[in-house]
Amino acid sequence: MHVDIVDQYHFKNSWIHELDPRVKVLITVLFILSNAILPDGSWPAFALSWLLLLVVNDQSGLGLGFTLKRSVVALPFALVAVSALFSPHGSPLAVWDLGFITLIPTDFGLIRFVSILIRSWLSVQIAILLVATTQFPDLLHALEHLRLPRTLTTIIAFLFRYLFVLTNEVFRILRAREARSAGLPGVNGGGTLSWRIKTTGSMAGQLFLRSYERSDRIYQAMISRGYTGHIRTLNPHQMVRLDWFILVAAIFLLLIIQFVGWVR
Amino acid sequence: MNYSPAPLHIPDGFLTIVVSLIFWLITIGMVSLAVSKTNRSLGEKQIPIMGVMAAFIFAAQMLNFPIAGGTSGHFLGGTLAAIVLGPWAGILVMTAVVGIQALLFQDGGLLVMGANIFNMGILTAVIGYGLYRMVLHQKRGIRLAVAGGGAWIATMAAALIASLQLWLSGTTRLEIVLPAMLGVHALIGLGEALITVAALAYIEQTRPDVLDLNNPAKEGGRGWIVAGVIISLLAVLISPLASGNPDGLEKVASDLGFLGSGLDAPFQLLPDYSIPFLGETALSTILAGAVGAIVLIGIIFLLGRNLRRQDNS
Amino acid sequence: MPIKHQSIFELQIPECEGDILQIQDLHFSYPDGHLALRGIDLSVCEGEKVALVGPNGAGKSTLMLHLNGILGENSPVSIAGLEINKKNLPTIRALVGLVFQNPDDQLFSPTVFDDVAFGPLHMGLPEEEVYKRVKKALADVHMNDFGDRLSHHLSMGQKKRIAIATVLSMEPHILVLDEPSAGLDPRSRRSLINFLKGLPITMLVSTHDLRMVEDLFPRMVIMDEGKIVADGSSRELLQDEELLEAHGLESPSHKVNS
Repeated sequence: MHVDIVDQYHFKNSWIHELDPRVKVLITVLFILSNAILPDGSWPAFALSWLLLLVVNDQSGLGLGFTLKRSVVALPFALVAVSALFSPHGSPLAVWDLGFITLIPTDFGLIRFVSILIRSWLSVQIAILLVATTQFPDLLHALEHLRLPRTLTTIIAFLFRYLFVLTNEVFRILRAREARSAGLPGVNGGGTLSWRIKTTGSMAGQLFLRSYERSDRIYQAMISRGYTGHIRTLNPHQMVRLDWFILVAAIFLLLIIQFVGWVR
Repeated sequence: MNYSPAPLHIPDGFLTIVVSLIFWLITIGMVSLAVSKTNRSLGEKQIPIMGVMAAFIFAAQMLNFPIAGGTSGHFLGGTLAAIVLGPWAGILVMTAVVGIQALLFQDGGLLVMGANIFNMGILTAVIGYGLYRMVLHQKRGIRLAVAGGGAWIATMAAALIASLQLWLSGTTRLEIVLPAMLGVHALIGLGEALITVAALAYIEQTRPDVLDLNNPAKEGGRGWIVAGVIISLLAVLISPLASGNPDGLEKVASDLGFLGSGLDAPFQLLPDYSIPFLGETALSTILAGAVGAIVLIGIIFLLGRNLRRQDNS
Repeated sequence: MPIKHQSIFELQIPECEGDILQIQDLHFSYPDGHLALRGIDLSVCEGEKVALVGPNGAGKSTLMLHLNGILGENSPVSIAGLEINKKNLPTIRALVGLVFQNPDDQLFSPTVFDDVAFGPLHMGLPEEEVYKRVKKALADVHMNDFGDRLSHHLSMGQKKRIAIATVLSMEPHILVLDEPSAGLDPRSRRSLINFLKGLPITMLVSTHDLRMVEDLFPRMVIMDEGKIVADGSSRELLQDEELLEAHGLESPSHKVNS
């Protein structure tokens, strides 16, 4: 049974896939930063950012609508920003009298709300692009190059490696629970809430111990191959001219977007 | 898609740069400390243990339990990680989890990751471990109770801080988001507490040697206890205050110059708005207050016992 | 900076009297009191292929963990004449290639390349040498193009072979495998057996797979309850049905009574 929740990488033969991972990480962060700096309501600038995204979508061979489809993930949290609509600044757009409460959305609030949504939506998309065009081990190399402490990157590497293994175990545990969650006709089963929580807790505890014992065996495998406490890795990435060029070009484009956003 | 986001992972665009930056600084500081501290306490075994534990936390977050009417509770795991692995390792583990969630699943933003790590990783470690550390040598029942209480408070504290972050960024109105977040997380926190306790009990029963992992004698427990207690008290006291009187908080914040630091000022309170949410606010206030009082009394009691114990030895 | 590695490759491999592996009267109890090994004497000559069989709980895995010093400091085990003590451990671990039963425990790096490179990297070898060794190890297990693959994409048979590659890259003098054919489907198993046949390296392999023993291992050691109860020619021992049954084993030519 192959549960590929971990694999976000989509292989295509594009120059974007070939770019140095450091460049991709940097551009991703700068892009999000750029959007964050843009003032509320700078629609032309946001539009330009989106255009940039579409170009990358296309150039990476993933298709124009690739990130669009997947960016729905961010939607639920958007609800949190809804209250931004009812800002006391600006002129009221309507009065919604719901009886126990009166809500007054304002134009300022609307601009703010929509801007927040756009920023968040753009950010999610570039993050999707990053992991779709970069293999995870390369992403880790990029993080190491960018001076993230090796302890942390190694933990993330292990996390990634064993994610699949452990989520498989979780599925097996959940499946076993389900297989025993029968019901008699006419009887309202399911156990009490506290019982359910207790079983969940035992499952968590069991999973924990299995994980802990696995980590013991991994440790043995590591010391069998000479590990003494310091992880050593090879980071085989070299920046070529294209990488530098793209990095500089991206920065330039983002500056233009900033200009459009601030100067209008 | 098997992975569902919990309401604590803040996406990009929802926090201003200033707020993000503040929490990035705190997080970077704590994580750097954690890196150097774990080198000493867990030794060469640290990498495989922390790595697999991070995967465990991630996987365990998929273990849900149905509460009622289609909703289900989620397990965060920060407190359990801190208690079992020690606070520094717990912080690193949660950092890895939050990082991967943001990177691979866009659950939580990249620029705001500092805040997310703080809320879900650092707070839980300080509160969860700090409180637990106090009762390390007590009977099993007390330890488990405090672990559960710590998990609940940590969850509430995370919700509180997240609400404040969103409010300071002008993304939400405090009197709307705070009761909502606190209300939801009071329930989630309950689940967290119970699962943490059940898991801890299970581990103690089957492999008690695992819990000796972090050698509490060697670590500076005192600092964690103090920090844990103080932050817990703050969380417990601020929540009802803020829920019931966002005015006051806003005034304090604006006096101190916090507000207006982003591009937009968070909202002033209009008289119309003070009434509507009073219902929910009152409920969450009472709930938080009552539990807070119990925990406070409990803490003082335990603190007293602890001190007395030290006097005797 | 990589440290210049010691000259273990110039070690004199002793004549058969000296052996690659020599164990004299090894005893071991676990911390919980369980007496796992009760006086093990074993010698393995260079180039020998030895099978280690016995029921579960016989102590086979425990014994294997002694061979590279994971268990038992200062134990009466010597590898190529070297005693197992703290000072020699790094050398020992390069000499003894221990492959565990569950390849998911053995493959812990992000990519196959990283896993195979782990051993030589931690030996302190220079980058160029590491690349060379990885290439050769992957070629040895006939998986040349698998370097960039992610471990969790591989099938069980592939994982088992990469697991062997991860220790081959350290150029060990003895390969110690724990249940290599467990969990493999017939085709992968056959493939593994053929592969092991072609590997000109000393081997000590623990297994339940007596047919594989017949195929590959001229010498067989039977363990039970922490002791070695038989040590000799596989062909002879495998015909002694009584002996096999007495120690929880079934002869490969065993016929079910009708």
